[in-house]
Amino acid sequence: MEHIVIIGNGISGVTAARHIRKLSDKKITIVSAETDYFFSRTALMYVYMGHMKFEHTQPYENWFWKKNRIELKKGYVQSIENKNKTLHFSDGETLNYDKLIIATGSKPNKFGWPGQDLEGVMGMYHKQDLENLEKYAPNNKFCKRAVIVGGGLIGIELAEMLSSRGIPVTFLVRETSFWNGVLPEGESQMINRHIKNHHIDLRLSTNLKEIKADEAGKVNSIIIQETGEEIACDVVGLTAGVSPNIDFIKDSEIEIGRGVKVNRYLETNIPDVYAIGDCAEQHEAIGQRRPIEAVWYTGRMMGETLAQTICGNRIQYKPGHWFNSAKFFDIEYQTYGWVFSKPRENEAHFHWKHTDDTKCITVCYDTKTNEFLGINTFGIRMRHDVFDKWLTEKRNVDFVMQNLSKANFDPEFYKHYEQDILNTFNKNFIIA
Amino acid sequence: MATIQRNMSLTGDASNQLNAFQKIGTAIGLGGIVLLIFSLFKDFQDKVLWLSIALIAITGGILLFAKGLYSNKLEGIKNHGVWFKSISSRGFWGWVAGISLTGFYVILYFYEGLLGANPNGNTGLIGLFDPLSKFLSGNPASQWFVYGTLYTVAILAFGIKFIWKYKHNRYEQLRTVSVMFFQTAFAFIIPELMARLNSDTFSLPYNDLKNMWPLNYYAFDGWRVDQFINAGNIGLAFLIFGILTVFVISPFLTYKYGKRWYCSWVCGCGGLAETAGDSFRQLSDKSVFAWKVERWVIHSVLVFSVVMTTAVISTYLGYDSEKYWLTKDKFLIGVALFLGLLFAIIWYFKKEELKKDARYGAIGYLVIVIALIGIHYFSGTANNKIFIFEAVGLRSFYGFLIGSIFSGVIGTGFYPILGNRVWCRMGCPMAGILGLQQRLFSKFRITTNGGQCISCGNCSTYCEMGIDVRSYAQKGENIVRASCVGCGICSAVCPRGVLKLENGPLEGRIDGNQILLGNDVDLMDLINKS
Ligand SMILES: Cc1cc2nc3c(=O)[nH]c(=O)nc-3n(C[C@H](O)[C@H](O)[C@H](O)COP(=O)(O)OP(=O)(O)OC[C@H]3O[C@@H](n4cnc5c(N)ncnc54)[C@H](O)[C@@H]3O)c2cc1C
Ligand code: SF4
Ligand code: SF4
Repeated sequence: MEHIVIIGNGISGVTAARHIRKLSDKKITIVSAETDYFFSRTALMYVYMGHMKFEHTQPYENWFWKKNRIELKKGYVQSIENKNKTLHFSDGETLNYDKLIIATGSKPNKFGWPGQDLEGVMGMYHKQDLENLEKYAPNNKFCKRAVIVGGGLIGIELAEMLSSRGIPVTFLVRETSFWNGVLPEGESQMINRHIKNHHIDLRLSTNLKEIKADEAGKVNSIIIQETGEEIACDVVGLTAGVSPNIDFIKDSEIEIGRGVKVNRYLETNIPDVYAIGDCAEQHEAIGQRRPIEAVWYTGRMMGETLAQTICGNRIQYKPGHWFNSAKFFDIEYQTYGWVFSKPRENEAHFHWKHTDDTKCITVCYDTKTNEFLGINTFGIRMRHDVFDKWLTEKRNVDFVMQNLSKANFDPEFYKHYEQDILNTFNKNFIIA
Repeated sequence: MATIQRNMSLTGDASNQLNAFQKIGTAIGLGGIVLLIFSLFKDFQDKVLWLSIALIAITGGILLFAKGLYSNKLEGIKNHGVWFKSISSRGFWGWVAGISLTGFYVILYFYEGLLGANPNGNTGLIGLFDPLSKFLSGNPASQWFVYGTLYTVAILAFGIKFIWKYKHNRYEQLRTVSVMFFQTAFAFIIPELMARLNSDTFSLPYNDLKNMWPLNYYAFDGWRVDQFINAGNIGLAFLIFGILTVFVISPFLTYKYGKRWYCSWVCGCGGLAETAGDSFRQLSDKSVFAWKVERWVIHSVLVFSVVMTTAVISTYLGYDSEKYWLTKDKFLIGVALFLGLLFAIIWYFKKEELKKDARYGAIGYLVIVIALIGIHYFSGTANNKIFIFEAVGLRSFYGFLIGSIFSGVIGTGFYPILGNRVWCRMGCPMAGILGLQQRLFSKFRITTNGGQCISCGNCSTYCEMGIDVRSYAQKGENIVRASCVGCGICSAVCPRGVLKLENGPLEGRIDGNQILLGNDVDLMDLINKS
């Protein structure tokens, strides 16, 4: 029986395993150094905030794996020997495979800041980071202030986490406005204000110079690059993005760039070795996507796709229309299609914002053809399947604006804003 | 009642300590309860004054507590620290609250004398409520009046707290206003006022119009039916309305909106669970095992309640045959035919959906029919026995086991241990019927939003019915579960906007996807079609 070994029990590895099981009788082993069972990484924040216990983040009950004959092995893979298809673990054990799937995810970026490895300095990615945070920031008596470095999705989640325990947070963001490399200006500004409404000390256009320690080697302040200001703190969160977690592969023959290099079939340069999820890097970006896509959904899609290939139906990874979502404190965000932070050539944005400053949308369309290209929505839930269909049908922007209520996904009895949005849109167009 | 909202966090976490408002609120609320307890031992002189003080203190305490908790927060989900607070995570205070509540129910159901109930003039706690009861109905209070008053106060005060908590969510607010209204008007005030109309020549049973059979297991008891019939046209109208709600109005509303129209918009048990019980919703068991237990228990209770009601009705039809146009035999045959027809219809239209469940349905049906035959042959008019039980005995056994122990002692007393909807999930025969209908013939479903689920688990954790909502959402499958009461909390707490409660067409209501939206369209076609 062919033995499929998967390194990594995150969403991509587990999705691949589940689908391989559905399609075949192969022997499947999932290896992970992090936890015994699959959990939802995106839910780590809710454990610290007390919304859930860790076991609630596990999407399958513990009997699931045995019942589906998926073997789980806890251990850290130190190296891969391709010639005789063997994995070497840090404790000296070995494991043979017939086909290998690398799904090792990411690790937090560190940019060589002085003091970045001190006690009390941490990323927010693995379960161990959570345990660390619980240790150094259990409450606001023990941790008088925390500084977060890096204004992305994980940074804002960490800010929400800490503030849920009443810990004062200083949030250093390199950009001139929160996440404005991705979000258009109006949205980004609205989120700035929302962050401040939650009593976060948001510092825009601000970089970290160094992290300083007390005698015991634990962080006790940071210095800001631009002003030289020193901020006393007990915890520093480094959330300046993530990069593929592939250090242990460097000495093998598997080709790597920033991530494990794969073709459209998710195959590496070595036969029978594949890579999926956060750690995979496409030779060439697919459409407007990035070569490395470090989001939950793409990990899942790669898992679904690769299971086909492994079970004899060799197919390309061909993701559909882009979509994503996040939540900034109390404001939910969804996106369908492409809306870049600044309209590109032949593109224009239409922006609408509610007066309560917690809801807005941005629609991107082609100025030549009027084709609808994408939408960002904040504080209003919208339907994935409707936008997916409109994008496939290449609807024009007028159609989308007129039919926006068909895409509304807010709970019943919520106030609707489509008419207001349409009026604003029509007014803008007459002026333009 | 459950005003004990103190906190003993595991980590000694400062952010979960109570602020000034919460502390004062807790003190005032507990003060009100202490007054009530005090009245057990010493009769107050000015009852009106002291009862008012006690009730206002309890209400005011809860409201102050809520103000401290929510008033200066931005709109959004308020679940910070739920699993750190000992009251809401089965910690020390959770157990204290659970044991106190359970004790209260045991005394209420079985030792009302301790509360001061006395046919020759109430004393103690019940005596304290006499003035209010006399004001409303003209009669002295009973333990049920005391309970009803506290129950209503709890729904109103915790209802306001809940509305505050969900200040951004109109669905939650409207349905809470609705249960607050139905509890106050239909369950509390109107029955008392109806009692006022009663005289020696005219009497109607106390009647909570929204409390239908089989939740109201004595709805068709002989004395009630007699009273209705004797009360002339008005009584008959009530009786017909009662029958219509069970067989016409309820099925129609459930078809259009799902069982939520009752369970989380109207019902009193649901009302208490959603308001006073809201802090405990996360404690329900989500395992597949619990789901199996749930299905066996709730459907057994349903079968039991159908048999019991049939037996009770057939008994009085039997010995009072000249009074009713319906004879016992006609009635039994009628019930058998009705259930047979119902089962045949379900079988014919829904064979696909039912699959394995059909077997259990068949078993339930079989049990009922055998019981009906049993009632026919073995219950001679001489001793009215069904097999070995007397019908009346069966009724009081049901009343004791289901009506008191299950719905009261376990159902509410165990809120802080088993979650706020154990009764609704495991024991309520009404929920059983509505649930079957919701699963098979209803437009209601919870739609999942394409591929947006991140499997975080908030929805499952906060589902009070113990439904593993995530297991559907992450498959892109709509949630169509018999037990879902449509509280809408899963949708509210989802951080990615994945869930929406909707009434829509029956077609494609349950379809799931192997490959979720967002992936290769050809692959989706290939897998999902095959
Ligand atoms: C706090 C946070 C919030 C997020 N929120 C969102 C969100 O809202 N939406 C979204 O789309 N994405 C979100 N993401 C990103 C998303 O979680 C990741 O894209 C996704 O989890 C990646 O899955 P994966 O299966 O590729 O890898 P991972 O989930 O990282 O799993 C890889 C596993 O492999 C193990 N491993 C690595 N190397 C070895 C080795 N040598 N030996 C043994 N085991 C090894 C790791 O310990 C890990 O358990 C979030 C990420 C974080 C950290
Ligand atoms: S599934 Fe959702 S709406 Fe239904 S009972 Fe559970 S939480 Fe409430
Ligand atoms: S809360 Fe939403 S995102 Fe989280 S598991 Fe449930 S449906 Fe998925």
